[in-house]
Amino acid sequence: MRKSTFDANFHNLDEIREFVAETARQAGFSDKEIYSIQLAADEASTNIIEHAYAGIENGKIEIDCSIEGDELKIVMRDNGKSFDPSSVPEPNVKADLSERKIGGLGMYLMRKLMDEVTYESLPKTGNVLTLIKRKGGAG
Amino acid sequence: MEITTKKFKSCDMVVVKGRVDSSTAPQLTEALEGITGDGRFKIVLDMSALEYMSSAGFRALLSGQRVCKRYNRGEIVLAVVPERVKEALELAGFTELFKTFDDAVEAVGHF
Repeated sequence: MRKSTFDANFHNLDEIREFVAETARQAGFSDKEIYSIQLAADEASTNIIEHAYAGIENGKIEIDCSIEGDELKIVMRDNGKSFDPSSVPEPNVKADLSERKIGGLGMYLMRKLMDEVTYESLPKTGNVLTLIKRKGGAG
Repeated sequence: MEITTKKFKSCDMVVVKGRVDSSTAPQLTEALEGITGDGRFKIVLDMSALEYMSSAGFRALLSGQRVCKRYNRGEIVLAVVPERVKEALELAGFTELFKTFDDAVEAVGHF
């Protein structure tokens, strides 16, 4: 398992994407799958920085990447504000330009690009987001 | 990410190179606003050297498109969209909101 901690800052998104891509590359995921994994990890980190750590300075994102069989598992932990993912309405991706809302798009993409997305918020461990991608799976 | 802009008679071209994410998307917004602020609303976004775009980039495109299309005064069109970026735009339902061209010259000719 590879583990790394990043400052919750948009400037670190490049590094976060590279960190998850490296594990995926070593595990033999395709270029298309690697792009999906990078995009999902980016959207997840962006949400943490924008929402969990809104108004909070010096936040950290701890990321674990592991491979088990054909499965890549990314676990992201933060100590920011928790949220209820079911409260994020699914965006209408067929709406007209004027009706189109961008909120919730990150979460939507994450769910489409990955095979499993789970989130839990516990007082002891903070917020834990788990993203799973299987070779030849979704997205 | 690197942005260059070119002014043509019929439209403006924005060439975006590298990666657009939450850290760099504000520069794309700024480039688009620079053009629309000048009263020019026909824009070709050349994506041939674009490596990556997250929903932060989509957001910049969406607000730009709203401004350009208002009063039917113009639009943003996308040229040479890389395969991976196109797939993500499709997932987000964004390919319905933008005309796309395989060639930048062809895109300029659209205006």
